[in-house]
Amino acid sequence: MRRVNKDEKSRISLTLNGRKMAAEAEPRMLLSDFLRHSLGATGTHVGCEHGVCGCCTVQIDGTAVRSCLTLAMQAEGRDVKTVESLAGPNGRLNTLQQAFQKHHALQCGFCTPGILMSFTDFLSRNPKPTEEELREVLSGHICRCTGYAGIMAALKEAVGIS
Amino acid sequence: MKPRPFDYARPDTIDEAVALLAERGDEARILAGGQSLMAMMNLRLADPSMLIDIARIAELGHIRDLGDTIEVGAAVTQNRLLAWPDLTAKLPLLAAALPFVGHFQTRNKGTVCGSIAHADPSSEIPLSLATLEGSVVLRSTGGERVVAAKDFQIDMMTTARRGDEMITAVRFPVHTGRGVAFREVARRHGDFAIIAIAAVIEGKDFAQIGIGGMAGKPLVQRIVMKELKSEIEALATGFEDYEDLHASAALRRDILRNLAPLVLAEAQACAA
Repeated sequence: MRRVNKDEKSRISLTLNGRKMAAEAEPRMLLSDFLRHSLGATGTHVGCEHGVCGCCTVQIDGTAVRSCLTLAMQAEGRDVKTVESLAGPNGRLNTLQQAFQKHHALQCGFCTPGILMSFTDFLSRNPKPTEEELREVLSGHICRCTGYAGIMAALKEAVGIS
Repeated sequence: MKPRPFDYARPDTIDEAVALLAERGDEARILAGGQSLMAMMNLRLADPSMLIDIARIAELGHIRDLGDTIEVGAAVTQNRLLAWPDLTAKLPLLAAALPFVGHFQTRNKGTVCGSIAHADPSSEIPLSLATLEGSVVLRSTGGERVVAAKDFQIDMMTTARRGDEMITAVRFPVHTGRGVAFREVARRHGDFAIIAIAAVIEGKDFAQIGIGGMAGKPLVQRIVMKELKSEIEALATGFEDYEDLHASAALRRDILRNLAPLVLAEAQACAA
């Protein structure tokens, strides 16, 4: 059994975007803060911090989850992927990112990392979704700039809905 | 915000988990998916002194066909149940209700049993369990007991679970071949329902209807289809005034009057 007292820091290891990483944290450390402050992966954004806005969405073992509703301890030993994992080694954007750029699917870009991580999971399980299914998944994110039209256009292009 | 400090334990077995509960009692909370609990802790609405993380306990990860019932272990996420190949055949009401639970992203982590333990009055999974007259399996160091859904959820976020007990599984009765429907009215898809209605057709003349959002717990009633209109009116006027910032009692009654016939018609069409 793994057991850590509240004021005690323990070493938490996980795989972040294919690299083994570790840092010390107390049990109360949220995964969102652990990624940003302890591991320096600031691509993940923190919005509402109670699971509603979706900005902090990352993947744990390939599954899109809210990192603000996840303790760093819960991700211990797991394979965590953040938005930094999407572009190629030369910085070349992937298909989904290119579609977002083309259709102006972001203005301030604060919500974008979470949306990309959600759809990277969803589309890997369901590569030919309907427009309604895309909307359903997008409803788990709040964007205050775009009115969602650009995001829907980008998603539709990425999955081949004309 | 961030949660207040707490001790963290990640037991490997149910026995270790209930031993911790026996030691810490009400001060400890079980952490499975955390999609309600972590939000409440971040908002400082919950302040446990210990979290017992059961998500990796292998013996809680099962979806088991027991013949008359389907047993879902406490570590099974909502999306895992939704993707279970036999769901539509064996538990069609759950197949209809689960897509309304939160969002894709929260269903990826939120558990079926966690939703039952949380016991939100407008929540879809407790409503489905109550409508189907399922049961909850509880374990403590003293042993196991099985509690019927109607006796489990007592009121808003209040259940019959004792401080030293944890839910290890829930059991949904198989309802193959019966017409079902589930609908809800919310401000936004995925938000908390103002009114949620589940219906299961029982033979030619009866239907079991479950209503969430009209009281502190799901209300379940068997109704005579021939008397549909008066039965729904009796349900709408019979409830005590239950209201919050999102909807007055009068609005809830109106939604019930208008939504219930649609859900029952849909269930009948699905039975035919």
